[in-house]
Amino acid sequence: MSLTNVLLANKSEIETLNYDAFRARIKNETDAGNRLVSFFATPSASAPDQVGELHCVLIKSGRLCHLRSIWSSINKYQQLTSEVHAIHCFEREVHEQFGLDMPGHPWLKPIRFEGKALKRMNDYPFYKLEGKEVHEVGVGPIHAGVIEPGHFRFMCFGETVEHLEIHFGYQHRGVEAMLPKTSLRKISPLIESIAGDTAVGYTLGFCRAIEALCGLPVADEVEAIRGIASELERIAMHLVGVGGLATDVAFLPASSTYGRIRTAIINLSMRLCGSRFGRSWFRPGELRFPFLQSHKDDIRKTLCQVQKDIAIINKLFQESKTVQHRLKTTGTVSAKLAEEIGLVGMAARASHLNRDLRTELKSGVYARFPIELVTETDGDCWSRAMVRLREINVSLDWIFKVCDSLSDVEAEPRVDYSPRPNASVVSVEEGWRGEVFHYLETDDKSQLTRYKVQDPSIRNWFGLAQAVKSNAIYDFPICNKSFDLSYCGNDL
Amino acid sequence: MDLIFDALKVRQSQGKQFVPDVRAVNPVGFRGLPVISNAPCGSGCSKCVEDCPTNAIQLTPFALDLGKCVFCDECARVCPSQKVSFTAGYRMASRTREGLVIREGNNSLSPVEASKQIKKLFGRSLKLRSVSAGGCNGCELEVNATTNVNFDMGRYGIDIVASPRHSDGLILSGPISANMAEALELCYDGMPDPKFVIAVGACAISGGVFEESVALDRSFLGRFAPELYVAGCPPHPLSIVNGLLDLMGHADGRW
Repeated sequence: MSLTNVLLANKSEIETLNYDAFRARIKNETDAGNRLVSFFATPSASAPDQVGELHCVLIKSGRLCHLRSIWSSINKYQQLTSEVHAIHCFEREVHEQFGLDMPGHPWLKPIRFEGKALKRMNDYPFYKLEGKEVHEVGVGPIHAGVIEPGHFRFMCFGETVEHLEIHFGYQHRGVEAMLPKTSLRKISPLIESIAGDTAVGYTLGFCRAIEALCGLPVADEVEAIRGIASELERIAMHLVGVGGLATDVAFLPASSTYGRIRTAIINLSMRLCGSRFGRSWFRPGELRFPFLQSHKDDIRKTLCQVQKDIAIINKLFQESKTVQHRLKTTGTVSAKLAEEIGLVGMAARASHLNRDLRTELKSGVYARFPIELVTETDGDCWSRAMVRLREINVSLDWIFKVCDSLSDVEAEPRVDYSPRPNASVVSVEEGWRGEVFHYLETDDKSQLTRYKVQDPSIRNWFGLAQAVKSNAIYDFPICNKSFDLSYCGNDL
Repeated sequence: MDLIFDALKVRQSQGKQFVPDVRAVNPVGFRGLPVISNAPCGSGCSKCVEDCPTNAIQLTPFALDLGKCVFCDECARVCPSQKVSFTAGYRMASRTREGLVIREGNNSLSPVEASKQIKKLFGRSLKLRSVSAGGCNGCELEVNATTNVNFDMGRYGIDIVASPRHSDGLILSGPISANMAEALELCYDGMPDPKFVIAVGACAISGGVFEESVALDRSFLGRFAPELYVAGCPPHPLSIVNGLLDLMGHADGRW
C-alpha cells in the first residue's frame, strides 16, 4: 500500500531551487491555493548556528510537495509574511533559531523563548495600549487550572479585549536538539512525550517516517489498527475539550458526563495496549500488541454504549440555552481570516476550511475507508465544539467499519532499523488537534542528522489571539479551551 | 419542560460512576507495577539495559527504578529470561526516592508510610496546587482525572485549588524546564507554611525521557525534597489518589 502522507527522497533528489526561485515558487503555489504545511530551516553542517538549507512543504493536488533552497550567506533573506501571511509563524521560528535577518517582517517575536542564551525575546516587549481607562491583564505562566504554563497579556478597554499577546517558551525542553542524538531503539517514548495528549498522533507520523527510511513493510491490517488507535485518541481528546468547555460555562451535567465517557474510551485503549494514552502501542515496523476477536468484541461493546450515552448528553448540551448563549458568536475566526493566517486542524474546519489530512491525502487506511469531512461555518466557540462533537460520531462509525473488516492480527516481533543513507523523509498525520509534521534526514553513514517536528499549535495560537479580539475578557477561558492548543507542542 | 426530561435521561444514563473503593480496583490491561523474577539473567546478557530509554535498569543485582521507568515494556520484551513482567498493580508511590527502586529478591514496593505530621495537619482537608513545569499534558490530564466523577478525590477531602495561597501541597509534573524554574519557585514561595511537594510522573521524579536535556533546571528539587513520589508515565489516577491517601494515613479508600 503506498502512503500519500509520507514523502521519501534521496537528499539529492529533493526539488532544489535557488533562493529567489524558491521564494517566488512558495508565493505562486500558495497564491494558486496550494496549502502551506511547513517552512523551516536546517542548520549548516559546518556552522550549526547558521542556516544551511531552507525547506518548504506544501500540499498540491492531494500530494505532498517538498521544496528546498541551499542557503548561502550571499543571499539576502526577504521576508514573505507580508505577502503570504500563513508563513508568519515559520519565519518567526527561523529568525529565533538562526538569527536570520528579515527586514520588513511585521513582527518577529520569538515563537517560543528557547533559553537564556537566546536573548531575542527581550527585543520584543509586549505591545502597549495607551489611553484613558485602558488596562493590561497578565495571566500566567501558571494558570488556575491543571494545565500547562504560558503567558497571556491582554490589553483591555473596559472588559473588552483589544489585543492579546501570547508569550511562550516556558515548556521548552530542547526536544529538537535531543531527537537526532537519541538512538532509534530508544527514541519512541521521547516522541510520545513531545505532546503527551497526542502520543498516538506523533508516534504514527514517526513510525511511517522510519518505515519509509528503512524500507520496512507494513501490512494493511496494521495500518488499520493504527487508524483505530488514532481515532480513539481523537474521540478521547475531543471529549476532554468539550467537557472542559462545559466546565467553563458551568454546565455541570455535561462536564461530568463527557468526563466519564472519556474514561470509558481511554480505558478501552488501556485494555488494547496497556496505556490510557496509547503509549508504546506502536513502534516502527512492528505491531506490539495482538488484535484479536476478543479485542474487537470489546471495542464494539464499549463504543456502542458510548454512542448511546453521547447522544443523550449531546442533546442536553446542545439545546441548553446557557451553553448556546456563552458559545455562540464568541471567539469568532472568519473563514477568510483562518485561511489567511493558516489555521489547521479542527479549528480550521470550524471556520469552514476543508483542512483535514485524512480527506486531503486519503492515505493508507483512509483510502480504503474514507472518513467524512466535518466542517462548520461560523468559526466561533460553538462551531469548534460542534466540529468536535460531530467528529466523535464520525470516528465512532469509522472505527466500527474498520474493526469489522479486520481478522485476527498477531503481534509482530521486533525489527532492526537500518535507515537509508543520504535520505530525507516528510511525514504528516492528522492528529486530533491538527496536522503533526515530522521531517528527518540521514547522512552518508545512515545516521539521523536532522529531526524537525512541528505541532499544529504553532500555527493555531495566533488564531486564538485573533479570536479573542473584541470579546469580553471573561470569555477568554472558553475561547482558549475551544482551540485546545498544546503549550509543550509549541515550545518543544 | 423537555429539558427536564433530557436532564433526567442524562442522570439515568450516568448511573453511579464513582469507583467505590480506590484501594481495590482492577484496572484491566494497565501496564503498571513490574514484578522481577528470581530467574537468573543469561550470562553476559544486558539487552534490557541497552534498550531501556531512561536507564532505569541496573544489573547485578537486578534493580528497576520506577522513578525513571516509562513503562514502555521494552525490557520485558527483549529479555530472554522473563526477568521483568508488568502487572496491573497501581500502588506505585513512595515517600523516598530510593523507595521507588525495585530490587531482585524484594520484588515489590514498600507501602507508602503515613506522615504523622501531614495526617495531623491535613488528614481531613488537603488542598493542592498543580504546577506543570515542562509536563507533556499526560500527567496533567491524569492529575485532572483524579477529580472527575470516576476517581472523585474530593470525597476524601483532597481538592485541587486555583491559587498557591490556598494550597497545602504542590503537585509537580514535568522535568522542570529551565524556563519554568523561576515560576515554579515563586509559586512554592507563595504557598503558606506548612507546605510540601509531591512529584508526579517520571519526568518530575528523575527528568524521565528528558533527563539528558540541557534545557532543564532541576535545582528546585535539591532545595525542596518531595514528601511523595508517584511513579508512572503518566501515573494512573489511582496511583496518585492511593499515594495521597497513604501519605495522609487514611486507613481505607472505601466510600
